[in-house]
Amino acid sequence: MSIFPQPILRYMPHEFRWDVVGTRFIWYVFTAILIVVSIGSIATRGFNFGIDFAGGVLMEARAEQVVDLSKLRGDLNGLGLGEINITTIGDTGKDVTIRVPEQQGGDQAQNTAVGKIKTQLGEQYQIRRTEVVGPKVGAELIIGGALAVALAVTAIAIYVWFRFEWQFALGACLALCSDVITTLGVFSLFQMNFDLTTVAAVLTIAGYSVNDSIVVYDRVREMLRKYKKMPLPELLNLSVNRVLPRTLLTVFTVFLTVVALLVFGGETLRGFSVAMLWGLFVGTFSSIRVGMPVLLYLDLRRDEFGGPAASSP
Amino acid sequence: MQFSNTKMIMVFAVILASIFFAAPNLIPSSVRAKLPASMSWWKPMNLGLDLRGGSYLLLEVDTSALDKEQLADQEETARTSLREEKVAYRNIRSADDGVYVTLNDAADLTRARAAIAKGAPTMDVTTVGDDRVRIVVPDRVKRERQLGAVSQSLEIVRRRIDEFGTTEPSIQRQGADRIIVELPGVENPERVKELLGQTAKMNFHMLDPMGTASDAKDIPPGTMLLPGSADAALPPGQKYVVRRRVEVSGERLIDSQPGFQDGAPIVNFRFDTAGGRRFGQVTSNNVGQRLAIVLDNAVISAPVLKGPIVGGSGMIEGGFTVEKAKDLALLLRAGALPAPLNFLEERSVGPGLGADSIKAGATAALVGGGLVVVFMIIAYHTFGLFAVFGQIFHMLTLFAFLSVVGGTLTLPGIAGVVLSLGIAVDANVLIYERMREEFQSGRTLMNALTSGFQNAFATIFDSNLTTFIAAAILYFLGTGPVRGFAVTLAVGIATSMFSAVMITRMQVWMWYRAGKRTTLPV
Repeated sequence: MSIFPQPILRYMPHEFRWDVVGTRFIWYVFTAILIVVSIGSIATRGFNFGIDFAGGVLMEARAEQVVDLSKLRGDLNGLGLGEINITTIGDTGKDVTIRVPEQQGGDQAQNTAVGKIKTQLGEQYQIRRTEVVGPKVGAELIIGGALAVALAVTAIAIYVWFRFEWQFALGACLALCSDVITTLGVFSLFQMNFDLTTVAAVLTIAGYSVNDSIVVYDRVREMLRKYKKMPLPELLNLSVNRVLPRTLLTVFTVFLTVVALLVFGGETLRGFSVAMLWGLFVGTFSSIRVGMPVLLYLDLRRDEFGGPAASSP
Repeated sequence: MQFSNTKMIMVFAVILASIFFAAPNLIPSSVRAKLPASMSWWKPMNLGLDLRGGSYLLLEVDTSALDKEQLADQEETARTSLREEKVAYRNIRSADDGVYVTLNDAADLTRARAAIAKGAPTMDVTTVGDDRVRIVVPDRVKRERQLGAVSQSLEIVRRRIDEFGTTEPSIQRQGADRIIVELPGVENPERVKELLGQTAKMNFHMLDPMGTASDAKDIPPGTMLLPGSADAALPPGQKYVVRRRVEVSGERLIDSQPGFQDGAPIVNFRFDTAGGRRFGQVTSNNVGQRLAIVLDNAVISAPVLKGPIVGGSGMIEGGFTVEKAKDLALLLRAGALPAPLNFLEERSVGPGLGADSIKAGATAALVGGGLVVVFMIIAYHTFGLFAVFGQIFHMLTLFAFLSVVGGTLTLPGIAGVVLSLGIAVDANVLIYERMREEFQSGRTLMNALTSGFQNAFATIFDSNLTTFIAAAILYFLGTGPVRGFAVTLAVGIATSMFSAVMITRMQVWMWYRAGKRTTLPV
């Protein structure tokens, strides 16, 4: 086994002394700011819904030469289809996406718009992608997406409640909600394109956030059984610090894959990757920031953990 | 910590089976095409339309049109019934809630109600006030008709698309009144949309001797004013006075083919026996008059009948282009849609973009996976390598599973795979960190290894299950590509858990047995 250098983690400190409970008010303020800004932005700026939710037409076209954007804008906006948004993608300058707002006149009108654009683009452009979402489906997808997030949060909370005590379920749920809200907040604040893959990302973040809470809580539960006399704040601190190496390592490996997706995954996955990246950071620490201190207030009765000591001490 | 030989054999069996089932993904399709049909279960994963290129269309059967049509039918039936019973009426009109008949004489009310009810046994016929009869289509009848119309539409859509000739189309019903059409390889679905956008109801009427008119007020009773079809070369702006009575219905057509007459494209058609006989009668009785061939409420041709047309076949000269003649023949052959279809959603991806997406996804997977591999080996040395083997196994079983169950890989699905590479090592990290902790607290190596696995397992299970729940909900509520993401994420979690727990454990056990181990290499 000498072909490898010594494992690098030998040199990484494994004994953390992070006083999470003592510094909790800093985290409260931090979390509160994130949530207030998020909710404020969602309430005032709303979301930049992609065509999945807002309806309309999205086309991706590749030109033979570098696209003259202002000319193309002029040409397409002359069609009377509302404000058409054109952006280049990639670095060749030949690929553009064309976003047409939802047309008045129901589902058929969207199709007419596609026809007009195709005619206007003519032979110089090769259409690589066309997406048309009518008003009916757009409205349904919004409901479906919201329902998915709400159901997932509920189902996860029920599961945690079932496996742990209600205090933990509540804590995990608070952490999870703060993650979902702040992720949505980022999308609202920076007016990033919000579509179906964003919902997928939010749900993945939800799953990941709770994943993290469970790892910490599992340790808290074990510690509660093991050190029956230790004061709760000290015990929570110890639990967090014991799992911190694992948390940092896992965040880093997931971070590596998310960055790979962000850099190499292409335009379609960009929104998804950005959401994941953000969710990774807030999600990992929400269980520590929010989920841990909450336990202090929730009347966590020690005697409930006094039963049979843990199977392996 | 013990890992019995039986378990080891099981693990190797799973590995071999996974290699076997994942293998078709690496075999070029040209080679697989040579395999006998009995091997068709040995197949690669399906690629979603966003990766292979193709079109997805979501259609809705316009049932409101159906309801309107049903009211119009009732109006017509009531007219006939009253005429037969010789009941005089002032007015018949359709409202949203039914058809209202206003009588001349209130004394006829009971007789009129009975006559109408007899002619329309499934309808609710009631009297309103003392001189009006109301005909309401019961909800049950409406629903039945809608259900029938959707099934029939599905069939007609299938026939039209089959006639159109694309490879492996998929046509499915969704919900109460929707149809999903998936056309792999069709990147520009305009033609298909054109074909599906027409109901293609064709009927043969007689043209009124008046011929053409410009205002609906001028036309005689029992006729309607119809425009010329845009598909046929008729004088522009001309409107035709067509008798309402359907002489021969298009439903009687059994075949129709495009052809040529004096170098001009035409459509040949053939009736069934009853239709042919009827067509023969109509044409013999009306020699010298003009026939009106009406397609979707527009006249496509109004030829003068030069003589009786017997034998059950005929042709339409509409001054068509070759393509229009072909389309019309196809539509007539496939049959008319019972109601118009609305296009609710369309997503089409060209093969170029699909190939680029595959390339981007594969690059992201390789780079992401590679980085995780390097990091794990740096971080955990030998045990990191075990985790890497576990990862390889995880990918293998994931692809084998997707191939066996015929799962579909989409671009977000690839994202799910890449993400699962990062999340999967979490299990290893949990186990190793626990071992290190236990070992440092003074336990023997064997003891530390064992409790590392034992203590970490519950945590691994619980924490993965929550992500699994999220993926399952996404699967049931999501559509298309996002569903693909849910599948790979969920399956990826399952296979990664198995690999972390079984594969890692097996390797650690083999490592422990292979020499006198006293220290933990992490």
